Amino acid sequence: MSHDPAGDDQHGHHDHSHLEGMELKVRTLESLLVEKGYVDPGALDEIVETYETRVGPRNGARVVARAWRDPAYLERLRQDATSAIAELGFTGRQGEHMRVVENTPEIHNMVVCTLCSCYPWSVLGLPPVWYKSAPYRSRAVSEPEAVLAEFGVTLPEGKTIRVWDSTAEMRYLVLPERPAGTEGWSEERLADLVTRDSMIGTGLARAAGEVS
Amino acid sequence: MTAIEALRAVPSIPRRDDAPIFAEPWEARAFALAVHLNERGLFSWAEWAGRFGANLRANTEAGECLTYYEVWWQTLEEFGEEKSLASSTERARRAAEWREAAARTPHGQPIELRRSGSAG
Repeated sequence: MSHDPAGDDQHGHHDHSHLEGMELKVRTLESLLVEKGYVDPGALDEIVETYETRVGPRNGARVVARAWRDPAYLERLRQDATSAIAELGFTGRQGEHMRVVENTPEIHNMVVCTLCSCYPWSVLGLPPVWYKSAPYRSRAVSEPEAVLAEFGVTLPEGKTIRVWDSTAEMRYLVLPERPAGTEGWSEERLADLVTRDSMIGTGLARAAGEVS
Repeated sequence: MTAIEALRAVPSIPRRDDAPIFAEPWEARAFALAVHLNERGLFSWAEWAGRFGANLRANTEAGECLTYYEVWWQTLEEFGEEKSLASSTERARRAAEWREAAARTPHGQPIELRRSGSAG
């Protein structure tokens, strides 16, 4: 199996999906084992879920923390997120074409995608198990408030929710609102407030009091 | 054997604190599959650690052509074959089905196998 580093991008220009390499192998064996009753998909998800926050370094948290502290960096992130993220040394096969969508007092952003191959895991970490499910995708689009409520997120009345659909060409990073009471915090300390869910919009950043 | 016990029994698993670190999502899936098949009693963890360790050494001697979790996966496929869980013939056929399913799925839609005989 050869892997052309530019291959993923080229695939992005086709209009259908691709399954390649290890992702294909894993899906193949897993589906056979589930079909034969050797594997309970629920139990498998549970094991993955236990560790889902542990994929790679949570690079996106650093990006968010930098943007909170440094207005010039925030501006570069708005203009060209891909390059601004690469500035911190974060590049990866999955993270190339990034766009940052900013939460504001008026707007809350959330991101959906049904394919883990669209998910910028080098920036965000491992996708949550439910993220790939068809019901999440369709409900996030049709009733985003209800989905957010299930995640324990209640937004102030009148706030607009924007739902973004990741594609192979464009992957999104939600820039959560900076929590109150964090003035003067170091980048490292701020990064601890940035959860994976806050970067896909199914959560908010932790409050200042939630970390020591 | 819990995942934590499994980790301790295979000391070389890349980890931070008491949790494994994965470079890509499929690696987490591969890790979970081995832990789960062991929980279901299809092989003992000593058996897994023994074979995986041998494969890892062979890979090192061969110049580390495979990554850590590629060797992990090689071990899973070997066990699948030897314990008659899924043969290489079955895997080849299923992989072709998944490729076809991906090719007929517009980007952004979930890729699903179309099973013959199932309604809809």
